[in-house]
Amino acid sequence: MDRMALEDDVLLREVTRFIYREARLQDDHEYDAWEALWADDGVYLIPANGEGGDPEQEMSLVYDNRSRIALRIRQLHTGKRHTQAPRSRLCRIVSNIELLECEGDTIRVTANAVVYESNARGETVWPSRNEYLLRRVGGELRMSLKKVVLINNDKPLYTLSFLI
Amino acid sequence: MGAMEKPFNWAELVRPEHVHGSVYTDPAIFQADLEKIWYRTWVYVGHESEVPKPDDFVMKSIGPQPIIMTRDRDGKIQLLQNRCTHRGNQICQAHKGSASTFTCPYHGWNFGSDGELRGLPFSSGYEGVDRSKLALGRVARIASYKGFVFGSFASEGPTLEDHLGAAHVAIDKLVETSPEGEVEITAGFLQHKVKANWKLLVENETDGYHPQFVHASIFKVAESGIGSLYGPNSTALSRYFGNGHTEFDLRPEFRQRGQLLGWFGTTPEKYPEYVARMRAAYGDDKANAIMIDGTPHTMIFPNLFIAEIQMFVLQATAVDETVQHVTALQFKGAPELNRRMRQQTMGSVGSAGFLLADDGEMYERTQRGLQSRNPEWVYIGRGKHRERRDEQGLLISDVTDEVPSRGMWEHYRSMMEAK
Repeated sequence: MDRMALEDDVLLREVTRFIYREARLQDDHEYDAWEALWADDGVYLIPANGEGGDPEQEMSLVYDNRSRIALRIRQLHTGKRHTQAPRSRLCRIVSNIELLECEGDTIRVTANAVVYESNARGETVWPSRNEYLLRRVGGELRMSLKKVVLINNDKPLYTLSFLI
Repeated sequence: MGAMEKPFNWAELVRPEHVHGSVYTDPAIFQADLEKIWYRTWVYVGHESEVPKPDDFVMKSIGPQPIIMTRDRDGKIQLLQNRCTHRGNQICQAHKGSASTFTCPYHGWNFGSDGELRGLPFSSGYEGVDRSKLALGRVARIASYKGFVFGSFASEGPTLEDHLGAAHVAIDKLVETSPEGEVEITAGFLQHKVKANWKLLVENETDGYHPQFVHASIFKVAESGIGSLYGPNSTALSRYFGNGHTEFDLRPEFRQRGQLLGWFGTTPEKYPEYVARMRAAYGDDKANAIMIDGTPHTMIFPNLFIAEIQMFVLQATAVDETVQHVTALQFKGAPELNRRMRQQTMGSVGSAGFLLADDGEMYERTQRGLQSRNPEWVYIGRGKHRERRDEQGLLISDVTDEVPSRGMWEHYRSMMEAK
């Protein structure tokens, strides 16, 4: 793909549909459908302390490879993940979706998101700048990276146990 | 004693097997906790490896107060208050860095990394003023034990060694996991905030009764061997060290299993270089013993929790808010082990951790539960009938028993009663 692809409104619409669908599956706690959006080499990264340095060297809130993503989903399914029993009620707005780069079969996309969470503790707002690497697998877009940079991640954060 | 301070009957509130719910929920008691504990006893602040070079600094805390930990030009660790001695403005906004001086942005006062006042703009206005009396506020006493830096706001009192007492073995054992005998804190911290009183966290760190319930979900799906350490048939022990310090002693279980690195859920074949370096450093017998026994699970009162592969620093910020600063322990000379330490720590702890997110949920639900007035008391009598003394004379019991809580509360009461 090339510069033409970046300006391709059809591709932008397809990516936007994908990201909206991901957001809805997360808000609805549709764990398995969300997990199916990942490529086999998927990495789910939520840095701490700013953009985060090298996640191989520094602590991140989440730094899951594909098998750890699956473990996270299996834990949620037990019904004994107390912090999600009952589940958080969620509503997120995703916006500012931009295609930044196309290289080979991979598209780099950025978006902003704000998640409103309500649970027994109270209401919490989770604002983030997100980055995706999307790849076509069998004709469908799949995530090989989702990086969620919470804009308040340099401060103490409450428990974050839903899918963001 | 301030005129506003309510007199509390501590012996009434904190009994041998019952603790009154208000000690977790009363804002006046939280203020008393700050005065009598956090601003008096030895509180863990940071690690020497976080400020390796002269003029390095890192922002830390003692309770709600920020503390700048620096290494001054002479290589000495300083614990400075983030408050200009002029009008009180905060002089440092960064989490960490390197700076030979801190300049207050309000009126340009300038302080060295040792806290001394170096520069006063338009100095003719301060004729005859003694600059040495305008140095940054310092934590009254600083002491370091094997790299772990503690501060006490009390200018007099027990030494750090007296305070650690028998619990110093936790730090001794911990550093021996490194073939070079040193821990390094280099992986950065997660800051996990909970709406709960700090004492609930202190108690939970060595509560061996909860893991099979609170952590059932992850033990099940990860097919972890951890759960059985905390069952009714476990040979692991709970221990009270005195001075509020508590631990689980998991060695009886690991010694039964007799597996090198079994405590870490791995095998020596996966870490041949580490095993070789440990044997070269300590000799085969001692190295094998260290690698079978594993690292400590010890809560050093009031705020340093050494949790086998990670370290928590608790920060009491309000009667119903506590921040857990947590990082992977890193052992000098063990890079292969350290990578796994970081990966496991990231999975387990922090806001999204497989373990700690559920602990956090329990802390917050308990804090809310304690608002209910009947019963008034928390019951901490589990295992009272079977507690016993070890060969050192320290109180021990089964790992699921509440010896650690009872010990912690006895120490708490004595600190709150002290003049």
